[in-house]
Amino acid sequence: MIKLFHVEKTYKSPSGTVTALKGIDLTIGRGEIFGIIGLSGAGKSTLIRCINMLEKPTSGKVIVDGKDLTMMNDSELREMRKQIGMIFQHFNLLSSATVYDNVAFPLRLAKISEDKIKLKVDELLNLVSLSEKANQYPSQLSGGQKQRVGIARALASDPKVLLCDEATSALDPQTTKSILDLIKDINEKLSLTVVVITHEMQVIKDICDKVAVISNGVIAEQGSVVDVFINPQHAITKEFISVLLSNELPVAFRGNKISQEETVGSLLLLRLTFLGESADNPVIAEMIREVSGVDVTLLFGNLDQIHGIPFGRMIIGISGAEEEVEKALNFLKHEDLKLEVIGYVQRNYSAFDKGTW
Amino acid sequence: MFNEIIPLLTKALGETIYMVAVSMTIATAFGIPLGVLLNVTGKGQILESPILNKTIGSIVNAIRSIPFIILMVAIIPLTRFIVGSAIGTTAAMVPLVIASIPFIGRQVETSLKEVPYGLIEAALAMGATPFQIITKVLLPESMPSIVAQLTTVIIALVGESAMAGAIGGGGLGDLAIRYGYQRFRPEIMIATVIILIILVQFVQFCGNRLANRLNKK
Ligand SMILES: Nc1ncnc2c1ncn2[C@@H]1O[C@H](COP(=O)(O)OP(=O)(O)O)[C@@H](O)[C@H]1O
Ligand SMILES: [Mg+2]
Repeated sequence: MIKLFHVEKTYKSPSGTVTALKGIDLTIGRGEIFGIIGLSGAGKSTLIRCINMLEKPTSGKVIVDGKDLTMMNDSELREMRKQIGMIFQHFNLLSSATVYDNVAFPLRLAKISEDKIKLKVDELLNLVSLSEKANQYPSQLSGGQKQRVGIARALASDPKVLLCDEATSALDPQTTKSILDLIKDINEKLSLTVVVITHEMQVIKDICDKVAVISNGVIAEQGSVVDVFINPQHAITKEFISVLLSNELPVAFRGNKISQEETVGSLLLLRLTFLGESADNPVIAEMIREVSGVDVTLLFGNLDQIHGIPFGRMIIGISGAEEEVEKALNFLKHEDLKLEVIGYVQRNYSAFDKGTW
Repeated sequence: MFNEIIPLLTKALGETIYMVAVSMTIATAFGIPLGVLLNVTGKGQILESPILNKTIGSIVNAIRSIPFIILMVAIIPLTRFIVGSAIGTTAAMVPLVIASIPFIGRQVETSLKEVPYGLIEAALAMGATPFQIITKVLLPESMPSIVAQLTTVIIALVGESAMAGAIGGGGLGDLAIRYGYQRFRPEIMIATVIILIILVQFVQFCGNRLANRLNKK
């Protein structure tokens, strides 16, 4: 549905040039929810604006629905943009127009008759559950309601693509959830292709099928959300995921030296990642049964879901005779999970005593 | 004595209102498009055009830098060309209009600048033409601010019309000078001042109310 070929964007200003995009290649399939995640300044907004040519790429090609937007003149581009809806972090609603008039806006641009507009706007307001607010002004709405108006407006011209630039970044977590649910819902109902820009892994995890990680104007990695979560390659990706899973060591170990050699009183810390069926399996219990010579301490555990697939993360500490520990590691390697050996770490008893553990 | 003053005052007030209303209407008809042009040709705007913007901007600045009383005298030939005479209420309106157009232009430009660029971008993303952005986004969104700015222009016009009155334009300014000053009639001077104060207050009050009513923020 959307293809970017080596898209580059350089901004020139008196203070120098900034290359915001350094050769982006992306393919976004029809009906997909495609997430693009990156830190502030990574080039996310520039990238999504290149998809509807609000920013013209310095070089490269932007293909949407088989048509090359970089070759279009202004009026062809205006027609094309009617097939690409967009929603924004700060909603960008007309403050002087009612909810109804905001949603009707793109239809009036297209000079559609008021009768048809009314039918369409009523249907859309119903879709985003804002029918009773039709005659209110944006200033009378909450952030979540404003974004619903933004979504209704973006859908008014029956677009094939919906671009979301940090659409939930100005909203609280609960409202974020409801807006994401709505986006997922319309993606399914209208088989709309959705591009989601965010700096929050939670958003990616909640609704995206595929994800691309952008860093300093280049795509650091991309793939299905499940794959990227289980097997992140790039440091930035790991960082994003760790924020979500609180991947850090438990307080009692944090800050202590991690050693590859066993020292007196230290525990060997292991990070286990389970996916799918294995997340429900009592792997640890089985290991203890099989390898009786190790002591196991559960330090951290978190079970989550990605697209309904259970996804779990656990940090355990094991200790025991060298060959027993070896057996335990071999046992875990055979299980359907990802094993990372963190190393030997001394427990920090003072933290434990203070009860902050 | 009142029998004599009242008709003088009402006639002068009528002339002032006539001068201000007509000049304001004409000046607004030219000033708003001028303000829009200044805004949309500006840096980073939808019809960015540095040359056009600089040219118009310089002309606007040039006219605005001439004190009204000098402008009035300087353009007498032009006034005579347009209305056939350089004296009288209608003649006084020519310099009023010429002074107000660039004033309104700058005021409207400032009002339009307050419209967040995100709104323009949203309209562009929906396939709006530049003309649609002007008529459906920029002007409606900045209407409360434009009304407030135009109120200021009307008040400035009341003052300038008094000056124009001094060269035979009639109106309250003319009355104050001819009777209050030259014929030494302080009661007429005071009455004129009071009427001017009330007039300005009234304009400001109406402008504020209208701006508030339009403001949905
Ligand atoms: N209009 C612009 N002019 C100059 N530099 C810009 C402009 N827009 C963005 N940039 C620069 O491009 C880089 C990427 O910006 P942006 O795409 O907004 O990042 P993000 O949305 O990921 O925070 C930043 O370094 C930013 O300063
Ligand atoms: Mg951004």
